[in-house]
Amino acid sequence: MTTTLPPAAERLDRPRLPAPRGELSAAVCDLLRGGTGSFPEVTPSDPFGHDLQLALALTSELHYRGFEGVDDDLEWAPAVVAARHAMADHYLAALRAELPGGDDLDDVVADLLVEPADGTGISYHLAGEGTAAQFAEYVAHRAHYHRKEADPQSWVVPRLQGAAKAGLVTVQHDEYGAGRAAAMHSTLFADMMTELGLDPTYGAYLDRTSRWVLAEVNLQTLCGLRRSLRGASVGLFALVELTSSPGSARLVRAARRLELGPATERFYAEHVEADAVHEQVLRRDVLRPLLALEPELAAGVVLGLQAGSYVGDRFSEELLAHWAEGRPSLTLDAA
Amino acid sequence: MPAEDPGRRRVVVADDGPVLVEGPVEIDLPDGSSVLADRPVVAVCTCRRSSIYPLCDTSHRGRRRRRKENP
Repeated sequence: MTTTLPPAAERLDRPRLPAPRGELSAAVCDLLRGGTGSFPEVTPSDPFGHDLQLALALTSELHYRGFEGVDDDLEWAPAVVAARHAMADHYLAALRAELPGGDDLDDVVADLLVEPADGTGISYHLAGEGTAAQFAEYVAHRAHYHRKEADPQSWVVPRLQGAAKAGLVTVQHDEYGAGRAAAMHSTLFADMMTELGLDPTYGAYLDRTSRWVLAEVNLQTLCGLRRSLRGASVGLFALVELTSSPGSARLVRAARRLELGPATERFYAEHVEADAVHEQVLRRDVLRPLLALEPELAAGVVLGLQAGSYVGDRFSEELLAHWAEGRPSLTLDAA
Repeated sequence: MPAEDPGRRRVVVADDGPVLVEGPVEIDLPDGSSVLADRPVVAVCTCRRSSIYPLCDTSHRGRRRRRKENP
């Protein structure tokens, strides 16, 4: 018997502008609504603060899906570009000041490939004693990255050549479901959100997302879109792929222990298997040919690896600090 | 990763982990079962510590005290 299935109806999913968190994000919201007022001085702001990171995320989002009711042409409007650039530079300078730097890539990679015997991050907590509500909070924060997985890394593709480009696109092809929209990692993440009772709408938690997850994606976007930071872009990508498998395995254990459901297990189980492969491809087929061709990019790759670790560690500390005090890290109720 | 000659499949023996095979592949196991792996590159476990054997889950990695983790 032959069954004909109707084509799956896909709905355009564009976020709404969230409420601002301070002077900079309010000024960006004003610009995006067509305002022509002057943009505030950026440097007095906390470069890692929620206001600047949200403001930067709003200007970055114009490169992705834009916002409902916001003119797509504002993506490259001079006032928006100037604001975006000033905030990105302020953030980057502060980030560099926090990092050890250097260009010994082999040493940094070797350190990332060792599993700590005494790890203490979010995935350890959730695997061991975390609650289903804490798991859902974690997923709601991470949606800002995973609902656009792996778009921030795609910007770097035309900035690479030859073997490194081919290697990177091999991994991207897998992230994007190898030709099947239902298998895209961003889609698997949405399936998990639905299973966990979360709102899978793109950007649904943007107003409440941890400033450190905003900071991570902001960095991925700005490094991908700046040719001078293409090494850091690849480094940020490599960090995700090098460290994801063991953490995802712990989240599979958490999902099973808490009986969260098949879509939740599947999302992290897929990353255990996929990222074990991606780690090898990143090291052999991306980093190796990239550095053979442009050895001067080593410091940039190290910057990406260190910066990604830095913001990831701050996110972990923030959530664990909330949970240690018995407080939720964000409210899951409708905004 | 793909072989230069499109008529061949490249198999990469890593010095520190899995064997990388161009997918998709069917892996037949001693008990008669088969694992179908559809991704463009498949990492086959050689250390036998993997919890998703015969596929790699990075369990070959060394363990020691380290100050940080992600995620």
